[in-house]
Amino acid sequence: MSVKLNTRQVGDVSVVDVAGRITLGEGSSALRETLREMVSKNQKKILLNLGDVSYIDSSGIGELVSGFTTVTNSGGQLKLLNLNKRVKDLLQITKLYTVFDVHEDEAHAIRAFA
Amino acid sequence: MGDLSRPATEFVERSLESTLESVDHAEDLAVGLARRAGFDEEDLMKIGLAVRESMVNAVVHGNRYNTNKKVRFSASMNGSRFTVRVTDEGEGFDYVNLPDPLTPENLLRTSGRGIFLIRSFMDDFHARRLEPAGTEVTLVKFAVSK
Repeated sequence: MSVKLNTRQVGDVSVVDVAGRITLGEGSSALRETLREMVSKNQKKILLNLGDVSYIDSSGIGELVSGFTTVTNSGGQLKLLNLNKRVKDLLQITKLYTVFDVHEDEAHAIRAFA
Repeated sequence: MGDLSRPATEFVERSLESTLESVDHAEDLAVGLARRAGFDEEDLMKIGLAVRESMVNAVVHGNRYNTNKKVRFSASMNGSRFTVRVTDEGEGFDYVNLPDPLTPENLLRTSGRGIFLIRSFMDDFHARRLEPAGTEVTLVKFAVSK
């Protein structure tokens, strides 16, 4: 299964539910396009729910970093929600776990947006 | 860790197109062989990702998606040694002078983590340039008796 992205609004926070594989090709480009479109619509609070991400490679990690940079540079915030062990391990080994604001509970994550 | 109770010798080899579909195919072949050899899910994840990153380097950076160039892939289990070899026909890639993706100045780079992940997940990794063209990378993972 490739990646599936579903966007929903919770208050002023845009939640992106990501499912499937974020790998080089369709998976990573779909995520990139979604985030860029949100930034272009001036959405400043973005929560990426990665709970149903089954696979991520270095290209997918790169897209998370790219998204983080794009959103931050536009004056917004990007946070991560529901990392499974695989994604969490990869972010830890690449020292990116501390770069992202990571949450395990959606309501808590929503409240964390200033 | 792998299960050494069933020492085995198995070998697969393919000549693959320079496409992303080949990346998936090679990963499936390697993980399938490693699974039959007794590696656990944690190691299968590491092997799969390392093979994927190696294949992406061969297809994207080595052969640059050139349809006239092939990627040679092989995987073998010999005793406790699981070996994957990926060979492209590209111009060559400098595997030695790679920037460290963990330094603060590189942490937010959007690329450059593939080799780092391969080295982290496999027990041995080396690369060599071929004449007149191409790069061959070898990945090794050792099964350890439980």
